Amino acid sequence: MSTSVGFFERSPGSPEIAARFGDLHPPLAPASAVIEAHRCLYCFDAPCTAACPTHIDVPRFIKKIASGNLEGSARTILDANILGASCARACPVQVLCEGSCVMHRNNERPIEIGRLQRFAMDALHASGAPLPFSPGADTGKKVALIGGGPASLACAAELRRQGIQAEIFDARELPGGLNTYGIAEYKLPLAESLREIDMLAQLGVEFHFNATVDAEKLAALEAQFDAVFLGVGLGAIHKLGLANEEREGVTNALDFIAGYKSGTITSVPEKVAVIGGGNTAIDAANAAVRLGAAEVHMIYRRGPQQMSAFAFEYEHAKQEGVRFHFHVTPVGIVGADRIEALQLARLEELTDGMLVPKAEDGRVLEVDLVVLAIGQGTHTDFLRDGKVQLEKGRIVVNRVNGKTSNPKYFAGGDCTNGGREVVDAVADGKRAGIGIAAWLEVAHANA
Amino acid sequence: MNPFWLASAPPTNCGEQIMRAFDAGWGGAVWKTIGEPITNVSSRYSSIDWNGQRMMGLNNIELISDRPIEVNLREIAEVKKRYPKHVVIASLMVESSREAWHEMVQRTEDAGADGLELNFGCPHGMSERGMGSAVGQVPEYCEQITAWVKEKARTPVIVKLTPNISDIRIPARAAKAGGADALSAINTINSITGIDLDTLEPRPNVDGKSSHGGYCGPAVKPIALNMVQQVMSDPTAALPMSGIGGVATWQDAAEFILLGAGTVQVCTAAMHYGYRIVEDMADGLLAWMGRKGYQSLDDFRGRSLPNVLEWKQLNLNYKIVAHIEETKCIGCDLCYTACWDGAHQCIHLDRGLPSPDITRTPAQIAAISSRTISMTPLPKLDAHSAGGHGPYATPLARIPRVDEEHCVGCNLCSLVCPVPECITMQQRDTGLPPETWEERVAKGAAAEANAITGNPNL
Repeated sequence: MSTSVGFFERSPGSPEIAARFGDLHPPLAPASAVIEAHRCLYCFDAPCTAACPTHIDVPRFIKKIASGNLEGSARTILDANILGASCARACPVQVLCEGSCVMHRNNERPIEIGRLQRFAMDALHASGAPLPFSPGADTGKKVALIGGGPASLACAAELRRQGIQAEIFDARELPGGLNTYGIAEYKLPLAESLREIDMLAQLGVEFHFNATVDAEKLAALEAQFDAVFLGVGLGAIHKLGLANEEREGVTNALDFIAGYKSGTITSVPEKVAVIGGGNTAIDAANAAVRLGAAEVHMIYRRGPQQMSAFAFEYEHAKQEGVRFHFHVTPVGIVGADRIEALQLARLEELTDGMLVPKAEDGRVLEVDLVVLAIGQGTHTDFLRDGKVQLEKGRIVVNRVNGKTSNPKYFAGGDCTNGGREVVDAVADGKRAGIGIAAWLEVAHANA
Repeated sequence: MNPFWLASAPPTNCGEQIMRAFDAGWGGAVWKTIGEPITNVSSRYSSIDWNGQRMMGLNNIELISDRPIEVNLREIAEVKKRYPKHVVIASLMVESSREAWHEMVQRTEDAGADGLELNFGCPHGMSERGMGSAVGQVPEYCEQITAWVKEKARTPVIVKLTPNISDIRIPARAAKAGGADALSAINTINSITGIDLDTLEPRPNVDGKSSHGGYCGPAVKPIALNMVQQVMSDPTAALPMSGIGGVATWQDAAEFILLGAGTVQVCTAAMHYGYRIVEDMADGLLAWMGRKGYQSLDDFRGRSLPNVLEWKQLNLNYKIVAHIEETKCIGCDLCYTACWDGAHQCIHLDRGLPSPDITRTPAQIAAISSRTISMTPLPKLDAHSAGGHGPYATPLARIPRVDEEHCVGCNLCSLVCPVPECITMQQRDTGLPPETWEERVAKGAAAEANAITGNPNL
């Protein structure tokens, strides 16, 4: 199937999910946005811009909100970050732009950059205006992009702006990857992700869905296209390695989040346990609360300081009512047909940092659903024939331009960095798009 | 004495309003100008917002009282009966005939007004009928009408001056020559506040059209202060003064009094926030007076007048330079941008460099910076990063440095700095005695004269 418009209209979901996952950070009212924009000092060579992986000129877009030039504000954002709308919602602004705001040093609240960015992008969407960019003059070149996530989308947008044909191949039914299927709905609603991709489609990006790419298919694409961008993200979530893990009632965070976002999961049983300590684990735990679980337990093998989840995510989960269990690990799954309980063991940390379960200090936690969020494997098996250089399953790239060891191949996003923020993937994709265009120009000139 | 009066304007339109104002703490009120009732238009106000703040400046095309003279006079009598200790001044505007003025003065004084304010300032509408600023702008009329009023008046006569004139001292001198007992300044300033960019219609919008209106509010205070100072520093113009123009706080009031005003009149602030604002104005002024050891308004009235001189009388050998307090700097670098683009290029971002670099422009620095940043460390994801997030210490490279040798002491950096007391201006001894331009020119003239006469000592 190949289509290029109307994802937003086709977005799945359910009214109940929409009601349960209201905005975590509600949009700014116009008057508040103007006042907030006026608080921005308009720093020279602003730290927030440096802190943004896509280097959005933050003071510039904020001043345009202050002056009422919302059109120019949106263009400023999109010029640096074509997924400005989803990043405005999904970015951990507390540790990026807002974290670096000079206001902190003046003992003041940082400027609400994320919400201002969303304000400008929402205004663009509400105006019905098209993406303020047009495709470049056709170069006759074409690039295949494997994976439809943020890295490929950003790369495709960059290619189109430079007059290069961009075709995205994605294994799913809808584009967007993590943006569409993997980010907590109260941060980035699925429909919003699709609305943004509809705008990209206006640039002429082509999409192929349900198109899983294996080694054979890749070889075909390589022959057919002038360059290939790999934006395949990460693979499946790791398993615990315990007996009975395939039993009903055990799932993983990605399927769980994708399920409720697309409306196939609208409720959860009474007692839910989430295993893990990352931001995805937190998203899953909060989702379980909002989907109606009476008890949501988070099981993490180390202490709160060691969780890879951001501190503000931890605080948020506590407020949602998630109960945290630290220094414990599941050692057994109890239940005949479906899961009934988890056997937990206390963990002891040895001097070298190794964690050892203390079997005698265990307990049993009754649960109806276990959600695993203990990290994702890589998804680069189809590249193992030496097509590009890999390291620990990650594609090795030059971060400046996304080049891999194979001149025809470029890559970016989670499959190269092991899993970072959406905005990092967008930045990777943008750099790779520029890199591909530059390489194609040189290749073309030499040809 | 309570120096806070309401100016002649919508807040003093009727007796009921003025009595409520007195209850709120106002010491006096100048009744909205009485004359032959007029017909107003709608809309009639328009304002300027600034940085999210409403009504930095207000403009109006409202005319004098639209109520019959008898009604106003009856209410003046009523107010004075109930509030005998409060000051009620009648603002007057009538056609330019001696009889008309005599009659109006008689009637308002009979009603019990404590004084008269001659409205020679209203810049719109009335001026086209030969009244208001049409009088205030012509010194002869100003003097003549003041004299007519003085022939009849038993109470003090205040002349309210228009700022819509090149030198406000001229009508002030005329008023004094005509026998005025006091002055009030300023009336509103001719203005167009803005134009609706959708409809291309100016504001305030009257059926798609507009007219120049009188500007007031916080935006006009600096202009008003200057005009008050001009009048009060001129012995041929100075009279007891009621200061008007952007008075909204106790600080504003203190400033007008320091330039010689005895009372202040307030309008826009009362229109914006209501009569209740007078509470803090009085409270704040008293607290400040207490801190300064002033018992009465007379203790500081006019105290700043000797400090306003002509430029040629300023000390040319006084030198200050900017000083950036590193521990307070938050690294916004607004001072850097301002100094390069708006002033004299003597602030630099080279603290992080081994040797001073005063050659790179802001554009060059921004370009270098954008080339060096390609990846952002994420706390928690990058074990090697600094960890945590904000507030970070300000990087040395973001703390600007002042090139003291070239700093001209213009003060712009300290004005744009958002952090209080981060940039201060420090005095540097030039080793030279104070010298003004006037003195230097005089010395130069003397030197020239001596050169001609051949005096070898110079």
